[in-house]
Amino acid sequence: MDAAAPDLSVTDLACARGGVPVLAGVSFRVPSGRALTLRGPNGAGKTTLLRTLAGLQPALRGQVAPDPGAMAHAGHADAVKGALTVAENLAFWARVFGTGGIGAALAAMDLGALADRPVAQLSAGQRRRAGLARLWVTGRPVWLLDEPTVSLDAGSVARFARGIAAHLDRGGVAVIATHADLGLPRAGVLDLGPLRARAGLIGAGAG
Amino acid sequence: MTAVLLRDLRLATRAGGGVGLGLGFFLLVAVLVPLGVGPEPATLARIAPGILWVGALLACLLTLDRIFALDLEDGTLDQMALAPLPLEGVVAAKALAHWIATGLPLCALAPVLALLLNLPAPGYGWLVLSLLVGTPALSAIGAFGAALTVGVRRGGLLLGLLVLPLYVPTLILGSEVARRGAEGQALATPLLLLGGLTLGSLAVLPFAAALALRVNLR
Repeated sequence: MDAAAPDLSVTDLACARGGVPVLAGVSFRVPSGRALTLRGPNGAGKTTLLRTLAGLQPALRGQVAPDPGAMAHAGHADAVKGALTVAENLAFWARVFGTGGIGAALAAMDLGALADRPVAQLSAGQRRRAGLARLWVTGRPVWLLDEPTVSLDAGSVARFARGIAAHLDRGGVAVIATHADLGLPRAGVLDLGPLRARAGLIGAGAG
Repeated sequence: MTAVLLRDLRLATRAGGGVGLGLGFFLLVAVLVPLGVGPEPATLARIAPGILWVGALLACLLTLDRIFALDLEDGTLDQMALAPLPLEGVVAAKALAHWIATGLPLCALAPVLALLLNLPAPGYGWLVLSLLVGTPALSAIGAFGAALTVGVRRGGLLLGLLVLPLYVPTLILGSEVARRGAEGQALATPLLLLGGLTLGSLAVLPFAAALALRVNLR
């Protein structure tokens, strides 16, 4: 983890999905070492907010700091290749992100025994674990997690929560959209319900 | 970038990869044409360079939509956009991997298939050379087309329609080199033009493709 682990600060952010404004006036600050849980019903804009924070789509308005170079994003898709083994998948991302070995990532998600299995042979939960292990090889301080616990069993959820807690202890930041309770010690909650964008509001702001 | 190249090559050679698809299609074209045209050796010798080039081009086209579509589907492309890699470099590495996995085997298989089509003896070297010089342009143009259509569901047809006109100059020049080589005529002009076309594509298109990807990822 880099020494200057940054705070995540979001100022008056507005974001859209498919051209339709979804969220407006989102402002929050997550200090280094803390987590933020995003709540809201389906379609509230959790995924859109996380993609905007990651820099995968442009914001309609507002600022996000630090820049996307500090962010690691884990979305609904696991970004692992079925034809490659777990170790090959992780080693690829480790090379791309220019970080060291994959040992810590394998240990964090308990993938040691599966390292040499092709991902195509794994169960949905094991595959998700392989996808989440990528977070450790990115070496980035801000984790943006979109429903990370889907298809994980109770033991894996607890293990992943411990992994996030350890990441926070190292000065990292996590923003998590989830319906499950991860039991994180230092987590705030942001309910996206009241932040729904109204077309009029955005129109006035943009015009 | 080496990591992207090596990963794509590994994926192409594993089961379900693209290598066999292009080669198999090329083989089919070269085997079926003599059956359809008839076994007249003189006719076959005359059309052999063109048929081999058309076959190679279509085989290349067949594997194009795999370049980015599979990576978009499983979220890899998003992660690559976030990674500390220039997207232009990712495109170049993936186009190079496509050429090594598709274009290079086509060049190696071409002389064997030329035998089936009764290509005159002096033409073999020129056929392989023209393919070696021309197929990198096919991969670069194809990567650009694939980047343009990556967000489109079942964009294969659109991709073909977009890329085919861009392939025409390469096809004309490439088969002209092979034909002139087979007939023992001077071929410096088309060969140089073909080389220029390839170099131009390699220089410009990775940037255009990266731009298209950035728009499509939003």
